[in-house]
Amino acid sequence: MAHESHEQVDAVTGVTTTGHTWDDIQELNNPLPRWWLWTFYLTIVWSVLYAIAYPAIPMVSSYTKGVLGWQSREAVEVDLAELRQQRSGMTAKLAASSLDEIKQDPEMFAFARAQGKASFGDNCAPCHGAGGAGAKGYPNLNDDDWLWGGSLAQVEHTIRYGARSTSDKGHSGTMPAFGRDGMLKREEISHVADYVRSLSGLPTDKAADLNAGAKVFADNCAACHGDKGQGMQDLGAPNLSDKIWLFGSDKATIVEGLNNGRGGVMPTWHGRLDDTTIKALTLYVHSLGGDQRP
Amino acid sequence: MAQAVAPSKGMTFGEAGSALAFAGLALLSIIIAAKAYTPEYAFHAYLFAAASVAATFAIVNRYYERPAQRPPQTIGGKPNYNMGPVKFATIASVIWGIAGFTIGLLIALQLAFPALNFDTSWLSFGRMRPLHTSAVIFAFGGNVLIASSFYVVQRTCRARLVGDITPWFVVLGYNFFIVIAGTGYLLGITQGKEYAEPEWYADLWLTIVWVAYLLVFLGTVMRRKEPHIYVANWFYLAFILTIAVLHLGNNATIPVSIFSPKSYIVWSGVQDALVQWWYGHNAVGFFLTAGFLAIMYYFIPKRAERPVYSYRLSIIHFWSLIFMYIWAGPHHLHYTALPDWAQTLGMVFSTMLWMPSWGGMINGLMTLSGAWDKLRTDPVLRLMVVSVAFYGMSTFEGPLMSVKAVNSLSHYTDWTIGHVHSGALGWVAYVSFGAIYCLVPWLWNKKELYSMKAVSWHFWISTLGIVLYISSMWVAGILQGLMWRAYTGLGFLEYSFIETVEAMHPFYVIRALGGALFVAGSLIMAWNVWKTISAGQEVEEVSQAIQPALIAAE
Repeated sequence: MAHESHEQVDAVTGVTTTGHTWDDIQELNNPLPRWWLWTFYLTIVWSVLYAIAYPAIPMVSSYTKGVLGWQSREAVEVDLAELRQQRSGMTAKLAASSLDEIKQDPEMFAFARAQGKASFGDNCAPCHGAGGAGAKGYPNLNDDDWLWGGSLAQVEHTIRYGARSTSDKGHSGTMPAFGRDGMLKREEISHVADYVRSLSGLPTDKAADLNAGAKVFADNCAACHGDKGQGMQDLGAPNLSDKIWLFGSDKATIVEGLNNGRGGVMPTWHGRLDDTTIKALTLYVHSLGGDQRP
Repeated sequence: MAQAVAPSKGMTFGEAGSALAFAGLALLSIIIAAKAYTPEYAFHAYLFAAASVAATFAIVNRYYERPAQRPPQTIGGKPNYNMGPVKFATIASVIWGIAGFTIGLLIALQLAFPALNFDTSWLSFGRMRPLHTSAVIFAFGGNVLIASSFYVVQRTCRARLVGDITPWFVVLGYNFFIVIAGTGYLLGITQGKEYAEPEWYADLWLTIVWVAYLLVFLGTVMRRKEPHIYVANWFYLAFILTIAVLHLGNNATIPVSIFSPKSYIVWSGVQDALVQWWYGHNAVGFFLTAGFLAIMYYFIPKRAERPVYSYRLSIIHFWSLIFMYIWAGPHHLHYTALPDWAQTLGMVFSTMLWMPSWGGMINGLMTLSGAWDKLRTDPVLRLMVVSVAFYGMSTFEGPLMSVKAVNSLSHYTDWTIGHVHSGALGWVAYVSFGAIYCLVPWLWNKKELYSMKAVSWHFWISTLGIVLYISSMWVAGILQGLMWRAYTGLGFLEYSFIETVEAMHPFYVIRALGGALFVAGSLIMAWNVWKTISAGQEVEEVSQAIQPALIAAE
């Protein structure tokens, strides 16, 4: 070749160059590093062995299954079966026992709460918070103040069928939009909002006409919330006298609710979670702050 | 001077043709703007119209300004290099880099403090994230690649860039694509494919620009005065060619209408996922690896003033890298609906890719043999050598993470983010900074950078940033993976998802701190580049080759 005559010896390393020069850059004629080459071969050998062991080569209508016979779908099923096997004894006991029986049995109760806690974290925490402390519009589950009842059976019903949900068996009943639908005038709403605040002993404006508010309350609100605002769990009407507020206690928030109504949704979990999981969730939620102890 | 026969001046075919084409595009864009289904699309159509009108005027104006003769290929026996487009892309890369890093910092902070979404769709993570990735990969990285490839191909072929308007069309057209893509994300226009978010019309535009890029590059290589093609040019060519193929394959969409930004991809289901990651992984392989290896192969030997370590290694690792990379994509889809056999192939090709990748590292590092002492005195070389070290680290980490057993822990965790950034910050950005620090004095005829001390500061500040970034993401990712798979003794998940998110908070704060340092470093670089151009010491004897051609017409 014509340019072989350009080959030089690099003074620093004593290695010859290839004889090419581009913009003053030359190339040394070093061989491939041995360790590099052997590691490369090793990865190729390993890859071939792996491809023989595991599913690898696509064929016309199928693929090579690999001598180990491993498949990811089967592997998942084996893992899940193992997990079910581990839980199966307790799961069967939970399935065969009533909520009260589970609660009385320390072993079953501990298992149910563990399962309930895991399921709560995956399904309930996005609305009710990781610790069940709730958020605006999403009830706090620790405070033993229940919209739809706090007994084991009532909690289970609410979890299973939800409130204002897609299930026929779910709780229904909403707070009407008194303002938007023209049932109450603006000043009536203002009066009754002041009155509602007074029910739980919150301070009201000096100018507030509590008598007028009481009149509006008796005519429009007492049917659901009770004559003293103590609430009614059959209708999901909150207790207004206990200083626990789902949306907030300031007058603006109360007026907003009176104007536009309220109707938060709890979805139905029936069919989405199996019966034992719902039982476990019930016991877990109940253990957070249930039963309406006096 | 009264010359008897002045050469008659006429528009070239290229000038007339491109002016007409742009005028036509302007007209089409105005029609589309008028009939667009959405205001966002109309806005883009108006941008196209404005840019086309500007291009038409620029071409015609340039014709009237220019001398009758075309710029000569050589002046006094030396090649008459065309460095204007290189200068533009170099500056653009510095500016886009700062923008991209800053948006990255914003989204890092958003992950630590979600209130920084400011409750507006414009600043939501979902729009900012593609803005960040596209800005750093395509705007910053792309401009570095275009600038350096146009520089290197001319210097190593001893030939002027092919084409007159075309090199400018490549640089300006590419940056216009970036503007369309970026504003599109802000306006909520996306086809929802990672790293390929721009919709069909932007893709179409990029295709035209990219084909022009390929032609300019290839034409210049073919015009070379050297008997052989330099290794950097192999890598550039592989990068340009493969990106064209990937872009076409992954953006095979059918628009709803020419008046709508929306399109539907022709691939469906898991096949779409496979095509997407064939594209996605090879964007890493050919854009972020092959392209930047090309930069390494020119700038490290040039800066170290040493020969490339091994010609033979460069051949073997080039071809093995090119051959292996293209198959590795399925490792992004381990444990999904992708058939097992495809996952296996993705994994074994990734494993075999380890040594071909390291071939580049060896050639980069060993080129310094006999010049290691320069690391003490030259922070620019230090940046590039550290970049090769990061390249080596992340190309070991990549094959490791592609192994299914490791992937079952690392997949979907922040480990992946850490891995990407050790490659992106440590390798891609560092080798780019090195190239920019080399190019700016060379392009603007300065003796050296304005401040070497500032380069040193840039190096140390951003190295600290990278270390904070990747170590926090390693810890976060492994912690996350372990928390996700932890079971209690009773057989239930130990942690809810939200608990794993809460556990990430301190690491997200550390990561954001690392990002802030990296942004700070890039600002130092921008200042240094600015001062070098405006106040750097001139090279006394101006090299003719580097000067733009100015030929007296009469």
